[in-house]
Amino acid sequence: MYPYIANTPKDEKEMLKRIGVESIDELFADIPKDLRLNRELDLKTAMTEAEVTRHMNELGKKNCTNEYVSFVGGGVYDRHIPSVVDHVISRSEFYTAYTPYQPEISQGTLQVIFEYQSLITNLTGLDVSNASLYDGASALAEAAFLAVDKTRNKEIIVPDNIHPNTMRVVETYLRFKNIDLVVIPTSEKGTFKKTALEEKISKNTAGVIVQNPNFYGLVEDEIEEIVKLTHENKALLIMSVDPITLGVLKSPGEYGADIAVGDGQSLGNGLNYGGPYLGFMAATNKLIRKMPGRIAGQTVDKDGKRGFVLTLQTREQHIRRGKATSNICTNQALNALAASVYLVALGKKGIQEVANQSAQKAHYLYQQILEKTDFKPVFDHPFFMEFAIQSDRSATDVKSELLKEGFLGGIELEQCNAKFKNGLLVAVTEKRTKEEMDQFVQVLEGLK
Amino acid sequence: MRKYDHVIFELSNPHRRAYEIPKNDIEEVSLDSFLPKNTLRKEAPELPQVSQVDLMRHYTNLSNKNYGVDTGFYPLGSCTMKYNPKINEDMARLPYFSKSHPMQDVDTVQGNLQLMDELDQMLSEITGMDKMTLQPIAGSHGEMTGLMLMKAYHQDNGEDHRTKIIVPDSSHGTNPASATMAGFDIVEIESRENGEVDLDALKEALGDDIAGLMLTNPNTLGLFETQITEISALVHEAGGLLYYDGANMNAIMGKTRPGDMGFDIIHLNLHKTFSTPHGGGGPGSGPVGVKERLIKYLPVPFVKKEETGYRLDYDYPKSIGKVSNYYGNFGIYLRAYTYILSMGRDGLKKASEVAVLNANYILSSLKSHYKIAVDRHCMHECVFAGLRKEIAEMPVVNIAKRLLDYGHHPPTVYFPLIVHEAIMIEPTETESKEMLDEFIEAMKAIAEEAKTDPETVKGAPYTMPVKKLDEVGAARNPIVRWSPKES
Repeated sequence: MYPYIANTPKDEKEMLKRIGVESIDELFADIPKDLRLNRELDLKTAMTEAEVTRHMNELGKKNCTNEYVSFVGGGVYDRHIPSVVDHVISRSEFYTAYTPYQPEISQGTLQVIFEYQSLITNLTGLDVSNASLYDGASALAEAAFLAVDKTRNKEIIVPDNIHPNTMRVVETYLRFKNIDLVVIPTSEKGTFKKTALEEKISKNTAGVIVQNPNFYGLVEDEIEEIVKLTHENKALLIMSVDPITLGVLKSPGEYGADIAVGDGQSLGNGLNYGGPYLGFMAATNKLIRKMPGRIAGQTVDKDGKRGFVLTLQTREQHIRRGKATSNICTNQALNALAASVYLVALGKKGIQEVANQSAQKAHYLYQQILEKTDFKPVFDHPFFMEFAIQSDRSATDVKSELLKEGFLGGIELEQCNAKFKNGLLVAVTEKRTKEEMDQFVQVLEGLK
Repeated sequence: MRKYDHVIFELSNPHRRAYEIPKNDIEEVSLDSFLPKNTLRKEAPELPQVSQVDLMRHYTNLSNKNYGVDTGFYPLGSCTMKYNPKINEDMARLPYFSKSHPMQDVDTVQGNLQLMDELDQMLSEITGMDKMTLQPIAGSHGEMTGLMLMKAYHQDNGEDHRTKIIVPDSSHGTNPASATMAGFDIVEIESRENGEVDLDALKEALGDDIAGLMLTNPNTLGLFETQITEISALVHEAGGLLYYDGANMNAIMGKTRPGDMGFDIIHLNLHKTFSTPHGGGGPGSGPVGVKERLIKYLPVPFVKKEETGYRLDYDYPKSIGKVSNYYGNFGIYLRAYTYILSMGRDGLKKASEVAVLNANYILSSLKSHYKIAVDRHCMHECVFAGLRKEIAEMPVVNIAKRLLDYGHHPPTVYFPLIVHEAIMIEPTETESKEMLDEFIEAMKAIAEEAKTDPETVKGAPYTMPVKKLDEVGAARNPIVRWSPKES
């Protein structure tokens, strides 16, 4: 008996009779004999739900995660997630549905995508959004392709202060498509160096990438000039952003960016050891027909009633095959639904509060650390909710001391870039309390 | 049921809140005391403000306009819409796993790494490959990754001239699109009528410029590629590699393995074969498996088991790099791993057997009314070429829409492209005979209607929240975000 297989031996017999064969094996006769697997797979035999649950709990206990207070960020943040998020995405009408290729029976999913697009465009200040991409990294790579496609140039300029993992993904994507990735050094302060861009940008440039806040948590303050320089060279400006920070930080649209991308984990998606999250992408109107991925559009049915469909599908692989704007098919729809529910649950005021509290608390912790401990800032520049500190002790040491006291301490910057010796990148969200932060400082104080 | 036609923005009222975060317990200062004014937003983003009741009702009402595997039969060919076991969802939500951060020290996530290592081994065993990377996030992402591996392999062997990928014209659209993403040119070859590879066309296409061939087996007509051994020999003799699109893996678990057929690189869709939900279009997971000689090119990091425990190894100088930010869709691995344990080696084999039985039952039962694309036993899905001529002439899109009124999700239509008026039905193993019979009766009834009352069929659907939608108008004048004036 297998709970997920319904047919009984009697059913099987009747079915075989209608098909006109004696056994199920006959149906596999097309498989050449020498290719048939003449043994059982080397796996365990079936387990019941209770047995599997026990096994999974035992395996889970080999992690030591849920009792720790996290100050780890790097693009993935431990935030409050409203209960409604999981309740909505647990409705099986949503999570057991396929891609909405049959619009009449998929109005729920299609309207969700339409609303998601509307929320993302309002957040980013741009005109159009797609239905989601895999993650922030692939979204950035796809944005680079979009710029290349639009400008017909084959060079992308990126500063070395974007997330190092994202950099590796973008490098991989671009290398295989023979697109040049020009990495420019950042300033002493850890920010985008405009003079470095001036040196490299030319009529051959397709796009310029800016991450804000950048990987070190710093808020870029020369974006207007970068946008101007980029547009003077007829290239597109691609902004990689943390969606939460847009509650208070100037949006890509206000800066005049052409494309905004980022990772939507922060928007109501759990940590889940790196995924599933979602990549988002928004752009100006003139790029809509070159965007990758699905887009939902509003239309009417034959009675004139409002309805939603997937639209502009001639961009996509199932129609255009090798000439599609991207190969993406399955995206991160359910995570986009989670992001939508999260944004609606917070609302206009709530997102401001989450962004503001994160920044306020981060600055409190930062001040406390500077006042009470031997740690010094790595960068001398305004930051948002993540900051880098260093001391005489290795960050590995510092983190293991913090771990003993129940804290996940942050990210070791030295692993990302050797020049930041002993650097520790600390993230603070609205979820952290004064008490947690004070205790965190105490541990660092004790390291004197 | 109450009619519900609101877009969330239309419910907004500035005095409502669905959720509040705790009050800040530290003293706040003005934001511009630590951030330059010109970096701040003038006005907060326009997000709707609704009560929690409004929020829940809104999404519940939208969900009522949807249809999932839990609602009913979902025979979409090539999509493997099998039941999504509920324990998978529970296991994926265990806080041990769900609360772990991807940049945590490996010492604190040994359970995660063990799970990834074991899932790699399980999937390798099921497919006959030597090693898998779990990093690709979806099937097409897996294809792109696999083709990058192929390119890296040829380049490493000094064969930069292998710049083309052969793709049969019966293939999934993602195949050529992924080849483009990996920087290859595409050579499309015509298939034989049964969707199998035309060996003469293949021989003609093979040469020094060919990096490899992408194949789905069973092919997109649901038929096993009987000449696979010859194909493998031809491709390898010509210096190419053989790529397996795992979309149809549900037909062969425990029966035969792509690795044994001669495939060098494969991808799987955990959201098809391994029961993880489709989520309305994602998230999925597209692990890629390779033979020994390609392991060194796989994306980093590798999970390594050592005496002191598991660790992440980035030291692979020939690796293609990374294809996603962290380790892929970990939450999906938890579900697939749970499924494999639940089914076991016996259950996985049984699943493929019943999937094939169910598809053949539909094939046999509908051939009185629908034209069989290829008259032979199928594997896990069956393909028809529209209605039989003597019954009626009716575009399959209308048949699909009419099926909605009978309460079933339509099958895939107009794919594979090489079959005129294709109807591609994949029942999966989780459907009972009673459900199949109900579907069969509906399909026959529609065939009869097409003869006796074609206008009714053409006007379908009648029972959905909306009638036939104007897709042409939607593309001509795209409205892709809500604004007060468009509503």
